[in-house]
Amino acid sequence: MVASQAPAFLQIKDVVKDFSGVKAVNHVSIDIAKGEIFALLGSSGCGKTTLLRMLAGFSSPTSGKIILNGQDLEGLPPYLRPINMMFQSYALFPHLSVEENIAFGLKRDGMPKDQIAERVEKMLKLVQLGKYAKRKPHQLSGGQQQRVALARSLAKRPQLLLLDEPLGALDKKLREETQIELVNIIEQVGVTVVMVTHDQEEAMTMASRIAIMSEGNILQIGAPSEIYETPANRFVADFIGNVNLMDGTLIDDNPDHVIVECADCKHYVGHGITGTEGMAVSVAVRPEKIHVTREKPDGEYNHVRGTIKDMVYFGSHTVYHIQLGSGLVFKISESNVSRHRDDPLTWGDEVWASWTPLSQVVLTQ
Amino acid sequence: MNGKKPPIFGDAFNRRFGKAWLAAGFAFLYLPIIALVIYSFNDSPLPTTWGGFTLKWYGKLMHDTEMISGFWLSLKVAFFTACASVVLGMFAAFTLVKYKRFTGRTMFSGMVNAPLVMPEVIVGLSLLLMLVSVQRWLGFPERGAMTIWMGHLLLGLAYATVVIQARLQDLNPQIEEAAMDLGAKPHQVFFLVTMPMIGQALASAWLLTFTLSLDDVVLSAFLSGPGSTTMPLVIFSRARLGLNPSVNAVATVIIVVVCIAVVTASYLIARAERQRAREMAAAQRAS
Ligand SMILES: Nc1ncnc2c1ncn2[C@@H]1O[C@H](COP(=O)(O)OP(=O)(O)OP(=O)(O)O)[C@@H](O)[C@H]1O
Ligand SMILES: [Mg+2]
Repeated sequence: MVASQAPAFLQIKDVVKDFSGVKAVNHVSIDIAKGEIFALLGSSGCGKTTLLRMLAGFSSPTSGKIILNGQDLEGLPPYLRPINMMFQSYALFPHLSVEENIAFGLKRDGMPKDQIAERVEKMLKLVQLGKYAKRKPHQLSGGQQQRVALARSLAKRPQLLLLDEPLGALDKKLREETQIELVNIIEQVGVTVVMVTHDQEEAMTMASRIAIMSEGNILQIGAPSEIYETPANRFVADFIGNVNLMDGTLIDDNPDHVIVECADCKHYVGHGITGTEGMAVSVAVRPEKIHVTREKPDGEYNHVRGTIKDMVYFGSHTVYHIQLGSGLVFKISESNVSRHRDDPLTWGDEVWASWTPLSQVVLTQ
Repeated sequence: MNGKKPPIFGDAFNRRFGKAWLAAGFAFLYLPIIALVIYSFNDSPLPTTWGGFTLKWYGKLMHDTEMISGFWLSLKVAFFTACASVVLGMFAAFTLVKYKRFTGRTMFSGMVNAPLVMPEVIVGLSLLLMLVSVQRWLGFPERGAMTIWMGHLLLGLAYATVVIQARLQDLNPQIEEAAMDLGAKPHQVFFLVTMPMIGQALASAWLLTFTLSLDDVVLSAFLSGPGSTTMPLVIFSRARLGLNPSVNAVATVIIVVVCIAVVTASYLIARAERQRAREMAAAQRAS
């Protein structure tokens, strides 16, 4: 978290980008600390690339300020910004070899030849492409091209590195391997990173903080666990991971807990929230925080009854879909800790699903 | 699509018919050329009767100063036309592709392409009218190689622009942005990244405008002056005076030169392809 008094390393201040009436980026403010890996996460068309391009200098904000290390970037063209970007399509120069690609930026800076050679070699070693130095980009695999693009954008030691869907062009398996590798390289170099992705898993594994965007607005900023465990609103809860959302009304407001009544059950919520009685709220519970039992759990709160409609075995866990009385389908994920359940559940069984008061989140919007 | 329709005719018939059709097409294309080559060795001055084999027309060609100077003029004009067309066409194409909005863009793009569809006779005629009036007022330009070049440039520019524009539109704009992101100023982006990437289009535009200029008759006829007769004009005027085996000899020489050029070019391209395939294979083995 950025709790320091000094202004943040990168400040995005109330930035708006208007495309003839459509606000692709709408009053966005973000502070990013030095050395952080920050992810912009959102569905397609929510304005992630637009925001990133304003940081790189390819387009300028309609209003608002971008300040990097105390310097206002307004009016500074891309070639004068201490920022480098790795493009979604990698954008390697097809007519230059791998080492010439990496040296391109250094040559533009007028760096002496021997220093360039030294730096290029270092970069090639960093991304483990030493023996491919003389190859042209079209002679490399997708994963290798991705690493050349990374090396090229790191070669100038930028103050800020921008990654636009860095792993978007790789297949799923390679992507998972590369995520960790990419973070390792970035941490070795110690550069501040803003990355854009629509893959929540990628954001979760790579970023130290995530901003959730929707239609040009920032809905929530926080560490991955914060966003997952305490989503700020229904959109975020639903966007990140799986969730069971139950709509209801707040019927009892006490100093230490509130009671929310939904169609299928009453919720006892114990952690610091208050509201007015009669307020419409939603209660969110993650599938993995729910237990399935045949017997009715104790107490009168936080459990629902239903029939198993679907059951999928995933090895490490089993996912149940339970049809509730109100018609809602409840998703439950139980990890298979032992090899056999004594009394295996099956399709059509009547079961109870329960959860603890602390594992639910009340959302007001 | 594996559901084959039952053939209306037998397979054998279809195969033979296809072959015959192909042969007819080729005959239509190449018989005239073959006839021309054969008649260039004809000893009789009449084009219709065969008078035995001879090389005398080729011998005469060596001393045909009109033809030879026409040839050099054509070559010169074509060379300068191609060079100027590619340079100007590149700028025009670049402007049209990179600057999506400026006043007069539609008109500009229309005007660049207009010579492609305008009948050449009209282009030539209007150019001639303009040159004549300009010459009356200013005393120049004298009609000659210079004015032919200007006419050819007008046409070549249009063709070059179309070819280069198509290639520029295919380029991934992120590559140029990447160059700029890495510190290249706009002119450096152009010379270090854009130009090398469109190199092939530049080369084909050059060749296209070169051949266009080399065999142009209509514009040259309007724009040539005394003492500046291009080779096609010489051939054309001789052919009008009656078919002449010396023309056949010139044509044969040109055909031979073109054939050699085409074969060499395809050989070079094929070799580059093979080289690339080898490198690709090596790359795959190493990874
Ligand atoms: N140059 C432009 N002119 C007009 N509208 C644009 C322009 N660029 C983007 N937009 C609009 O702005 C919105 C945000 O686009 P943007 O490219 O930032 O989305 P994104 O979040 O990067 O999506 P994706 O995940 O699909 O890449 C879209 O609705 C898009 O249509
Ligand atoms: Mg995008």
